[in-house]
Amino acid sequence: MSATLHDLGPTLALILFGFLPNEVWRLVGLMLVHGLDEKSQIIVWVRAVATAMLAGVLAQLILSTSGALGSIPVGVRVGSAALGFAAFLLVKRSVFAGVLTGEIAVILGTYVFAP
Amino acid sequence: MSVEPAETPPHVSFQVFLDGIVAAVRSVFFYVLVGNYVGMGALAHEVGFSFWWMAMSTLLIWAAPAQVILVSTLTTASLWEVALAVTLSSVRFLPMVAAILPVMRHRGVRQRDLLLPMHLTAISVWVEGMRLLPLMAVERRVAFYNGLGTGLISGALIGGAIGFVLAARLPPLLAAALLFFTPMAILMSSARNSRTLLDGLAFALGLIIGPIVAAQKIGLDLMWTGLIAGSIAYAVHRLRETRRRRAA
Repeated sequence: MSATLHDLGPTLALILFGFLPNEVWRLVGLMLVHGLDEKSQIIVWVRAVATAMLAGVLAQLILSTSGALGSIPVGVRVGSAALGFAAFLLVKRSVFAGVLTGEIAVILGTYVFAP
Repeated sequence: MSVEPAETPPHVSFQVFLDGIVAAVRSVFFYVLVGNYVGMGALAHEVGFSFWWMAMSTLLIWAAPAQVILVSTLTTASLWEVALAVTLSSVRFLPMVAAILPVMRHRGVRQRDLLLPMHLTAISVWVEGMRLLPLMAVERRVAFYNGLGTGLISGALIGGAIGFVLAARLPPLLAAALLFFTPMAILMSSARNSRTLLDGLAFALGLIIGPIVAAQKIGLDLMWTGLIAGSIAYAVHRLRETRRRRAA
C-alpha cells in the first residue's frame, strides 16, 4: 500500500508524515532526561554528542554536492567559510562580522567561479 | 495536593518571556532564519502548497532540513518514504533536548511545563539557550527560553511569508546565498560559545569525523558523527579532570 498526498489532503499529510516523524526525537529526549540533573555525567556526555552532531550538520551543509546549495561550487563554500571565520577572529569574535564576510565571499566567489 | 504558590509571579514571568524575545531579535540567528526561510517559502510556493500550509509546517515541524524534505518530496514520493526521510533528518533533536532541559529544570518545574521548551528546541534556539540560560537565575530559564524560541520561530514565519510572496522573483544566486547563512551562523556561534575544552573539542572532532563517516556510506551519518566525536571529546575531558584532581 502506498498512500499519496491526494488521498489524505495536505494538512493531515503534514501532521502524520512531517510533524510526528520529526517530533518523536524531541519527545524521546524529554522522556530520557526525566529526573536527570544538569551536572550529571550522562548530560555532560549528551551535550558533547549534540555539539558534535551540530558540527556534522555544518560539514554536511558546506560539503554536500546536492540540495539547494548545490549551485555554489564546494571550493567557494569552503573558502568563504574560512574567510568568514578569519573575519570573526579578527573583529573581536564578532558573529555578525563573520557571517557578513562569509556571505559576501560566497556571492563574489560564485559570481567569479560559476557564472 | 494543594496548589503551590508559583515561584515567580505571572507578571515577572511575562517580563522574562519578553526578555527572551528581545534576545531572539538581537541574535544573529533571527536574521539567518528570515533569510533561510525566504528560500523555503519560495520553494513551497513553487511546489504549490498554500501560504497557511507553509506557516503551519514551520510552527509544527520547526526544523529546516525536515521541512525542505517535506516540501520537495511530499508531492512526488510515497508518504512512508517521506516520513522515513524526515525522521532520519531530525535525530539531532534527541541529544539537544536532552542537554538543554536539565539546564532549566528546578523544583517548581513540572514535566508539562517542559513540553513547550521541548518543541521550541531547534539548532538556533539551542545554541543561544546554551549560551544565555546559565547567565540567569534558574527560576527564569523556562520563561526566557520560551520567549527566545517564540522570537526565533517568528523570524522563520516572517521569512517564509516573504519568500512565499516573492517566490519566482528571487534570483537563483540570491536564493543560494540566503541558504548559506545557516552554515555561517552555526560556525561563528559555535566558535563563540565554545568556552570549554569539551565544547571546542566535540565541535572540532565533529567537523573532521563528519565527512569521514559520510564517505563510508553506512547511513545515519549524523548519529554516528555525534556518538563517535562526542564520546572521544568526553573521554578526553574526563581524563583531564581526573589528572587535574590528582594534581590538586
